[in-house]
Order: sequence, then C-alpha cells, then structure tokens
Amino acid sequence: MAFFQRKRRNILPGFGLSMGYTVFYLSAIVIVPLSMVFINTIPMGWEPFFSAVTTPRVLASYRVSFSTALFAAVFDAVAGLLTAWVLVRYRFPGKQFLDALVDLPFALPTAVAGICFATLYSPVGWLGKSLTSWGLTIINTPTGIIIALIFIGFPFVVRTIQPVLEELEPEIEEAAHCLGATRLQTFSKILLPHLFPALLTGATLAFARGIGEYGSVIFIAGNLPMKTEIAPLMIMSKLDQFDYNGASAVALVLLLISFSMLLLLNAVQEWQQKEYR
Amino acid sequence: MGIELQNITKKFAEYTALDNISLNVDSGDLIALLGPSGCGKTTLLRIIAGLELPDSGKIILENKDTTNLPPRKKNVGFVFQHYALFRRLNVFDNVAFGLNVLPRGERPPRKEIRDRVEHLLKLVQMEWALKRYPSQLSGGQRQRVALARALAVNPKVLLLDEPFSALDAKVRQELRRWLRKLHDEIHVTSIFVTHDQEEALELADRIVVINKGKIEQQGTPQEVYDHPANAFVYNFLGNVNVFHGRIRNGKVSLGTHHVDAPDELKHTEEKPSQAFVRPHEIGISKIQSSGSDLVGTIQEVRLLGGQIGLNLECEGFDNPIDAEIPRELYVNLQLAKGDKVFVSLNRVKVFTGDYAI
Amino acid sequence: MHPPKRTPGNPAPKTLSDPKPVQIVLIGLTFLFFTGFIFLPLSLVFSQAFQKGWEFYLECIREPYAVEAVKLTLLTVSVVVPLNAFFGLAAAWAITKFNFRGKAALKTLLDLPFAVSPVVAGLIFVLLVGSRTPFGSWLGEHGIKIIFSTPGIIIATLFVTFPFVARELIPLMEAQGRDEEEAALTLGAKGWQIFAKITLPNIKWGLLYGMILCSARSIGEFGAVSVVSGHIRGQTNTIPLHVEILYSEYNFTASFAVASLLVFLALITIVLKSAMEHQFKKTA
Repeated sequence: MAFFQRKRRNILPGFGLSMGYTVFYLSAIVIVPLSMVFINTIPMGWEPFFSAVTTPRVLASYRVSFSTALFAAVFDAVAGLLTAWVLVRYRFPGKQFLDALVDLPFALPTAVAGICFATLYSPVGWLGKSLTSWGLTIINTPTGIIIALIFIGFPFVVRTIQPVLEELEPEIEEAAHCLGATRLQTFSKILLPHLFPALLTGATLAFARGIGEYGSVIFIAGNLPMKTEIAPLMIMSKLDQFDYNGASAVALVLLLISFSMLLLLNAVQEWQQKEYR
Repeated sequence: MGIELQNITKKFAEYTALDNISLNVDSGDLIALLGPSGCGKTTLLRIIAGLELPDSGKIILENKDTTNLPPRKKNVGFVFQHYALFRRLNVFDNVAFGLNVLPRGERPPRKEIRDRVEHLLKLVQMEWALKRYPSQLSGGQRQRVALARALAVNPKVLLLDEPFSALDAKVRQELRRWLRKLHDEIHVTSIFVTHDQEEALELADRIVVINKGKIEQQGTPQEVYDHPANAFVYNFLGNVNVFHGRIRNGKVSLGTHHVDAPDELKHTEEKPSQAFVRPHEIGISKIQSSGSDLVGTIQEVRLLGGQIGLNLECEGFDNPIDAEIPRELYVNLQLAKGDKVFVSLNRVKVFTGDYAI
Repeated sequence: MHPPKRTPGNPAPKTLSDPKPVQIVLIGLTFLFFTGFIFLPLSLVFSQAFQKGWEFYLECIREPYAVEAVKLTLLTVSVVVPLNAFFGLAAAWAITKFNFRGKAALKTLLDLPFAVSPVVAGLIFVLLVGSRTPFGSWLGEHGIKIIFSTPGIIIATLFVTFPFVARELIPLMEAQGRDEEEAALTLGAKGWQIFAKITLPNIKWGLLYGMILCSARSIGEFGAVSVVSGHIRGQTNTIPLHVEILYSEYNFTASFAVASLLVFLALITIVLKSAMEHQFKKTA
C-alpha cells in the first residue's frame, strides 16, 4: 500500500503504532459506517433511487433546508462581521462577557436551543405574543427555521473573522488614510476585500451546518409537509417507517452536498492562503 | 580518530544534499563546517547525530560503526540552532533530562545527578538559573543551557548547529570566545556548523568548507585563509575584489592592467581567469612606487572601526575597487574624497577556469 | 462541527478609531442581536424552569427518569471522551511528527464527521448494526444489542465528536515542530519517555481544550442519538432526549428544568473555554 507510507525514514519513534491505530479507528468509526449509505443505496438501482429522492415531498424538504440555511448564513455573515468588528475594535463594558457568549450556540445542546426558540415565538411566548398581535407568525414557518439556524451558525462566522481582523496591521489602514481615502472607502476597498475569504469561509461553515441541523429546528418548524419539513427530518420519518432504502437514498444526497461543501471550503482556504501569504 | 565519515550521500527527492562526503576528525578537535545556506552542512550534522539517515556511506565514531544506530544509542550531544529547550521543564530538569531517562540500572543516583547538573551549570555560568524556565532566559543564556544539557550525557562528540546565529552581535562575540575556552577545558570532539567565516576562523581548529553538498577544502584556519584551494573558498572567506580577465603568455590581465601570473600558471595556454585581491592587501600611497601601480580616485571614505575603507575608481577598470587601510596611514597621508592616489595590488590570487560562484 | 478556536491577538489599534457615534450605533446593534438570540433564550430557560417554584424544580430534576438520563449521559461522556482523546493523540502524533504520502487526504478524512448531518450520523449505524441488517441480526442471535440500547448511543456519539481532540492538537503540534523531541532523542530518551516527558506537557492545555469541546458535544448531541436511542425512558434516554420527551408531552416546566442543567453545563464550558484561551495567550 503506497498510501500512508512514510516518504523517508524519520527518526522519531511510533510511526507504525500511531498511524496503524489512526487508520484502524478512523475506519471503524467513520469510513465503514459512512460507506453503509453507499452500500445500501447502490443495489437499489438508478430508477428507484432517483424516484425516492425526487418525490415532491422530498424535493420540497431540500428546498426548505437549502433556502433557510442560505438565508441564515447570509444573515450570520452580516451579524458576525458586525460582532467581530465591535469585539476587536472597540472598548466597552461587558466586552469580554459578550466575547465569551459568542460560543453559547456551540456549547448549548441543540434541543435546548430548539425548545427555547419554539417557546419564545409561540403565540403566547415573550416575543411571539407581540408579533402575533402585529399579524406576524414565526412558529411553524420557514422564518422560524431561519431564526434557529441563525443562532446555530453565528459563532462560525465570528470566530473565523475575529483572528483575521486582529492580525490586520493598522499600517494598512493608515496608509489608505494617508492616500486620502475616507473611512467608508477604506472599509469597502481595503478591509472588506481582506476579510472576504474569512467571511466566505465562516458563512460556508454556517451554511453547511444549517443544512444538516436537526435538533434546534424541529421544535420551531412544526414540520408541515411541503412547507416546513427539513431534509434530515425526511430521513427520520423514512426510518420510522422502516424504509431503510429510502432513508439512505436521501442521506446519500445530503452526504454528497456536505462533501461538496467540505471541498469548497478547502478550495476557499487554499485560495485564501495563495492570495494573502 | 574521533569521527570518520566515509562516502556519505544523501538525496531529498531530486535534490542532492550531500554528495559522497568523506571526512576525518581527530579526537578533541573543534571543527567548523563552513558554507552558504543550503549547502548541506546542517544535513551532515544531523546525519552524524542519527537524526537523518544517509542514503549511503558510513559514520564511525571512535572506531565504532554507528551508521545504523538510533540517535539515543549514539551518545552524541546535539545543540540545536534554536536550542530546542524543553519549555515545560526548568533549567535543572532540562540539563538532567538525559540522565533521568537512562534505564534504572544505568541511572546515577539522585545526588550524583544533582552534582553533575550543578557542575555543568557552573561550567556554563548558569548555576543561578536552576529553577528558571527557558522562556525566562535570554538567547545567550538559553544557548548555554542547551550546551550544558548536551554535555550532561558525556557525549563522545558534540555537534552544534549554527550555535550563534540567533544571537545579537555583541553576545555572539562573547559566547564565541567563551566556547573556545570551554572547549580547551573539556576537550570533547566537536563539530559546529556556520555560514559565518569570521566565526569559523576565530573558533575552529580546522575548517571544512562545503558547497553544494561537496567539500571544497579543509585545513587549519590559517591554511584555508591564506591558501584557498579555489575561487569559491577565496570568495567565501571574507571581502574580496574580483577581476575577470584572461591569462596569456604568463601575464594576467586585470582591466587594462597586467600582472605576472603565479608560477604554477606561467605556462598555461590562454584562458579566462579570475584574480582576487583582499581589500587589506591593497596599498595606497601618494607617490608612485613602481611602474605597475594603478592610478585611482577616492570616491568614498568609510569608517570601519580601526580601519578606513576606501572606494577607488581606477583608470582602466570598469568596477570600483575596495581597499582597507589602517587609520594611522589615512591620517598621515591626509587623504580625502576626490584625491588622486597610487594603488598597488600586493597579493593577487589567480584562478583559471570559469568557476561559478 | 465547531467554530474555529479564538486566538487572542493584538489589541485594537489606538489610532484610527471610529467616531464615537458610529461606535455607539454598532455596539448597540450588537447588543440588540445578542438580546434576541442569546440573552432572551437564556433567561427564558430559567424563568420557565422556576415557573412553579424552587421545590417543583428540584422535584423535576430528582425524578427517577431524569436521574437515569443524567447517569446515561455521564456514562456516554466517560466512554467517548477518553477514546476520542486517545485517538486524537495518536492521529496528531502520526500527522505532525512524520512525513508521509496522503497526509492531506487523511486530514480531510478526519474532518468528515463535522460535515455530516447528525441524523445521517445516526442512520449509518442503524444501517450497519440495526436489527434488520445481516450483521445486526447476527449480533442479536449472540445476545448483543447495539441499536436502541446504550452501545448504539455511545457509538453514534463517538462518531459525532470524533475529530474534536485531533483538530485541536494537530495545529498546536505542527507549530511546536519536532525540535524538542529530536533533542530528547539525542539525549537518549525512548519513545514513550519522549511522549510522556516532552510532548504531553507541551500539549496538555490543547488536549484539555479538545476534551472539553468533546464533552460539551457528547452531552448535548441530539440528532444522532435520537436516531439510535429508541427513546426508552429510564433506559436509553440521554438528557437532551429526556428534555424532548417532556416538551412533547407539554410538560414544559419539567422540560425546562432539566434543560437548565444543560444550560449550566454549557455556561461552564464557555467559562472553561475562555479561561483556557487566556492560558493560550499567556503561553504563546
């Protein structure tokens, strides 16, 4: 096996052991289980597979997952950039507290986030009550899903932009000012292009996470077929009916989407390194 | 014999780092491996330590073939370029490490380890820093601790990779003299790698000049400096004026000027040649002393500590010539920028062939 | 998947600060966002949990099913975190201390579980060892039940939290290089001595950091566990699943009471996380 072979002998000990264990554990926990999706789907044949993943209800669930995740990612990009900017550039009371709380969506179990938002926006909830009186419904609508996904994706954007913003040399901005640029020009012509790859990376991470998200969404979504049913929920309901083939077919589509997101991310990061290093 | 290297070759992918290197080092000598960066000198040092394996060749330490021994069995002390002190261990534990990892049977008792470490730290003048951590030390101090750590295991040879490169000029000077003194006290066979000719000349018993994976010359500092084997060595050891010309009928052309060719080249056929003159081997006077003197104009005067550097534009030469003269002479001759002077080339070294530098 | 680690860097440049009004507006907007998305949900949990008083709260979290859920979650964490930490150490050692072909591919493979939906993560184990699969039914004949029982929950959690420790250790060990290990080698140390005396002390904070992230996710994992658990109260219910059941039974106060335990743990995680980032800043 040429793969995973040492290029030249390095003198430190433990290569065989650590590499062997890594490959074994990776295969046992990740590769073999993941391949089950392919193993279960391939014998289906193209026609049944295609019809399983293109029923109107499944198609609608892709549409819901995709569009809500996209909206949330765009919103997160704006809110994340704002938060990162404020946390890096300004001094104000409670800054460290805010900075630490950015990680809450990551640390909080998704189910808890789910019941929180469902309760907040329910017609009798703290926010839902007044919104309902204005004729706005959040719960059981795609808007509700977007709100949950904004919460989930938020830390990804902030934490990707923050270090880039911190490492930005003040000289760059000073130079721009000396050359006569206004603050807004400096921001749009110098800072934003510099931050863009990080912003894109963060938003892609949030988007990828949003497509697969389950726990925080199902409580607020109401799971109405064709309207607020997300793709992961389709897998869940097919499993409940013991339709293993159908479940793995939908899972395969989701996996392919995730893998392409992963590749896209790698490409973005490579491009970022090539451009800026 | 301290160290014997036989036909060491090492390739990294397409690039040959070491090309059939053979070298003998006497016991107790302090050797400098001198060469430009990327010439393979560090690779050679790592091969001796066992941190890299040669593609072919043998390493013999004190008459024992150690080519295939793992580094921990080689008993060499290695001082890394950036010291590689263990950042989570204090100075004492860093130095004691090599003793603490010995198998139980061979490990000296605690008391003895403590004495040995304290002795070594006294030797490197760091006994006050026992409880400090590497991050609390300056570069020079880290260097000394790294040295004490390498010496703690009683190595057969001591290897130092660019030992002074990460230090500032003043500390470098001091540590260099101190290391020479230390070596004279403990006499362990040592090899250090450097790209700084001054360091090599001052410190080493013998210098090995390496370029592109090959040994260009070896010898005492005096030999190497006074009798460089080829143009590369001459050029690498100190500042130099280079004149490209031709050798013809026993004469070497330098611009429009001619000097006698050295004896061994008197009867060669016509070919391109290069002549070298060190700045301090150029004489300056206001009176013409011989017919072969050049006529030059002082373009620039620079103060170089005890010496004065002159930049001369000479008739018949395309490029300016650098000269260094003692300050006294400069004052006595009452020289100034723009003056016309007579320039004599006291010692010209000529090499033929199109040696690439 | 988890957000990249925050590495504290330079303080804000003193020159070129934005005009005060701009600052006030932007800080205000940030607080508004945090109010809607962070502060309100947090205070909601506690207000709901204590709605029927302190005593009812205690009753809810002391009730046997809740206690069983806590026990199962703790069991899962105590198995998953050491296993993944050990794997993380092995993978980081192989990847950072050696050069080999396929290193980049291996690193990408380590990230795979981050990109997989939690539901898919649960599904793959149902497909692998569920009672309707050949392998699963063979195991069943030998009295081993994985799906809809504790081992299934543990395996699914292993998958979901698989890369956390490795992801923390690899960049850290890459930055530290091999110098210290090589120095130890020339001083005569054996492999395990190098690891225990040199490498481990150098990476202990990173390791701990990774383990904290791994624990947080293990405690809170919902989607994957939900697929493989079978939701049997008192047997295969973790804390998040218990929260869900109570909520879907309209037992909101009890649901939020149990959820408040998870919020406490999340807040502890955040405190530890920022404390350790402070530690990184100090050692960097």
